[in-house]
Amino acid sequence: MIKKLTCIECPKSCALSIDIENCRVVALSGNQCPKGKDYAITEIENPMRILTSAVLAKDLSVKMVPVRTDKAIPKSKLMEAMGQIRKIKVSGPLKAGDILEENFLGLGVNLIAARQVL
Amino acid sequence: MRERDLVIVGGGPAGMAAAISAHEHGVRDILLLERDQFLGGILNQCIHTGFGLTYFKEVLTGPEYADRFINKINAVKEIEVSLKSFVVRLAANKTLTYLKPGVLEGVGAKAVIMSTGCRERTREMVHIAGTRPAGIFSAGLAQKLINIEGLLPGKEVVIVGSGDIGLIMARRFVLEGANVKAVVEIQKTSRGLVRNIVQCVEDFDIPLYFEHKISRIHGKDRVEGLSVIKVDDDFNEIAGTAFEIACDTVLISVGLIPENELIEMAGAAIDKKTNSPITDELNKSSIPGIFVCGNAFKVYDLVDSVTKDSVLAGELAAQYIKECKG
Amino acid sequence: MIYDVAIIGAGVVGTSIARELSRYKLAIALLEKEEELSFGVSKSNSGIIHPGTQNPPNSLKGKLCVQGNIHMRKVARELGVDFKQVGELIVCFSQEEISGLLQLKKEAEMLRVPGLKIVDRKWLSINEPNLNSAAVAALYAPTAGIISPYRLVYDLSENALNNGVEIFTHAKVQSIHVLPERFEIVTSRGMFKSGYLINAAGLYADDIARMAGAGDFTIKPRKGEEFILDKKKEHLANHLLFPLPSRNSKGVLVIKTADGNPMIGPTAQDIEDKEDLSTSDEGLRKVLASAQRLIPSISEGDIIAYFAGLRPVAGDDFIIRAEDRVPGFVNVAGIQSPGLTSAPAIALMVCDILRKNGLVLKKKFLFRAHRAKTIHLFGIPFSRTRRLIAKDHSYGDIVCRCEMVSAKEVRDAIHRGAATLDGIKFRTRAQSGRCHGSFCTTRLLKILAGETQAPVTSITKRGKGSELIKGDRESA
Repeated sequence: MIKKLTCIECPKSCALSIDIENCRVVALSGNQCPKGKDYAITEIENPMRILTSAVLAKDLSVKMVPVRTDKAIPKSKLMEAMGQIRKIKVSGPLKAGDILEENFLGLGVNLIAARQVL
Repeated sequence: MRERDLVIVGGGPAGMAAAISAHEHGVRDILLLERDQFLGGILNQCIHTGFGLTYFKEVLTGPEYADRFINKINAVKEIEVSLKSFVVRLAANKTLTYLKPGVLEGVGAKAVIMSTGCRERTREMVHIAGTRPAGIFSAGLAQKLINIEGLLPGKEVVIVGSGDIGLIMARRFVLEGANVKAVVEIQKTSRGLVRNIVQCVEDFDIPLYFEHKISRIHGKDRVEGLSVIKVDDDFNEIAGTAFEIACDTVLISVGLIPENELIEMAGAAIDKKTNSPITDELNKSSIPGIFVCGNAFKVYDLVDSVTKDSVLAGELAAQYIKECKG
Repeated sequence: MIYDVAIIGAGVVGTSIARELSRYKLAIALLEKEEELSFGVSKSNSGIIHPGTQNPPNSLKGKLCVQGNIHMRKVARELGVDFKQVGELIVCFSQEEISGLLQLKKEAEMLRVPGLKIVDRKWLSINEPNLNSAAVAALYAPTAGIISPYRLVYDLSENALNNGVEIFTHAKVQSIHVLPERFEIVTSRGMFKSGYLINAAGLYADDIARMAGAGDFTIKPRKGEEFILDKKKEHLANHLLFPLPSRNSKGVLVIKTADGNPMIGPTAQDIEDKEDLSTSDEGLRKVLASAQRLIPSISEGDIIAYFAGLRPVAGDDFIIRAEDRVPGFVNVAGIQSPGLTSAPAIALMVCDILRKNGLVLKKKFLFRAHRAKTIHLFGIPFSRTRRLIAKDHSYGDIVCRCEMVSAKEVRDAIHRGAATLDGIKFRTRAQSGRCHGSFCTTRLLKILAGETQAPVTSITKRGKGSELIKGDRESA
């Protein structure tokens, strides 16, 4: 079947036309560069998303600390990741980029703090 | 009353970039007034990514973007930061009065930069018939409640407006376990970024109704539901197309209004329709020596553009101060 | 505990009566069914202090309005509520209509409304420059004024409290037992006993009267939709502008509220549902068209807020009387316009009725008539603000940016009885500014939760059922 997608890798926003069989990309048109091809394949076969959220803080100057995965994780894991995030309570002064959970959910990405907190 | 070289009102991305730029262009006495208890402005609650793609060529969240500037500000001793400081008066002679706990202070300036950002258009400003129950929030208020306070404003949500803020909040609510039942947009297309349509609405199979509006809000004490109706090219309701959505929360995301009441108080010329300053030249208000930058000047889509604009404003202010000093 | 007098309903009428009665050595209970006072009919009042025009000469409305207009000034001074005299103009658009103006003037003069005069096109163009130039003449009544209706209620109630009145909120009357010596009033908050019972229950006065066996009237709600304009348009009109009245209502007005915003409305629509406070597109259209007839430069873009209120209509006049069938029971019902203006005079009349019906009214030695004016940073000069901040730092901690409301004022409002976000709004103006609470609501929630030691999930807009927050990560 043919699926139409807009590539979001750069402001050109190419309109992609993707031929899909058995959940795999078999043909593609509309992209103006290889990034579009990579985007199409990833989006169809294994869409990835950076997760951003906030965790509770303990004894810090703010109640919630914004966090993010330092790299994208599979879209299908987002809700499970949120469940894990809800269990976290951070303490101690933090810098933006400090790792809160290494190899988060075993996905090879880190959950990091997104702001400095004292 | 002490006279400073430069006073900047608003310590969000615009004010911070302007302060750093002014310093880089030679200004050595800068007072940065921020009403909140932290620098960063609205970025502190924008925990999603999408910031810094052009300016830093990185994919950053709002707080991370703000952090870069906060560190620079803290490293410059000639930039004095005054937090919890709320400006209550600005005069054409560039004197300001501000309040902070324990203090009411007057200060003069050779140049003033207003980087006061925007407020949101609320339900009260657009007439939506029906009742006034609890459960109606501007998107920004909901964002602050969830991201800064860890509070969930609702469980069954309808979002009015498909701009970026509305789309971002659709995703945020879903991730926090709420049920987002619809995004309702009166125009034929969304003004939001494609990335957000994909990652905030399509990812979660949220129905997005174009050319629709809310015709009525129901609920006595808390929102109970909405009547939604299709509109024609002139935005008039098309009879017979109404349907109901049960919900407990309505998020209003229908536009931003630049906050320019202070320079208006000082007598600067303001466009009555957009609330933006009327200006002959970029960033200059109609009062010599008072500059405006960031969203208060023009509502930008990306913070990268705000930074670029504010860097220029800082340079202009520095030039003006130099000329003042002769 | 058997009270001498119990009053059902703590709107402007109930609290005025309570405060007036608190001059005497009496045990008084004021019962209110909502979470806070003034959450019923009085909440949607436009705040006009009428001069007394547009009332039939022999009506209670007419007499009490004229008396009330005089008394209200003294009450406002004593309580520290701002009262501003602005004058009213009833405008007509044709020579034929002038006879209608003359008739109104005649009837008003019979009621002793002072200072009336008919003004002409020339006067109008000088004193009301934005008024439609098609207006040919107007009846000018100088004693019209504006006041904040709910600030008046709160200040009345604080003064009444200070003089010994006991106030009970969440006390919804469920049944009334009429015994030979007293009334027993069963409420959602327990039972109250009193020798005399005053029914000031607004929209539900007919239900209360029926419960006591004194119900021979029906209250029918008449809805009025109002639309508030941006404060930047403050100088649209200098006086309160009225069209010629119709049978059912004074018509759509262009007025200024005590907070400085112009306001247009109300509509007048008889409905069935006593809880229907919805506004409508049709209401907006009607009000806009009528308002533009008076001030053509008004546009829909000027509207920044809107709401609806319900007038408790029980026929053409007020019902204020002791009920012979039920000795000790006094009905104060059907108090629609000019109810706010009449309130001080109604209170005096009720005292008189009680006296004639056997209640001994002995003046207290010490009646605290005065109340210190509430401090609002937005209403005082910076020099005073500086002195206040030096004494209490939290006057400098600004919570509501649009209306310049400090944390100190918010906490004071809570200590004086604000238990909801609307209660804080009505007392301090926080949340009524340009951003309608988008920036201050978060902080207000936290302050209210902190001061009342309640979880933030229990904080409401205006009472149970209107909670704002559905979940807290901290307690998840």
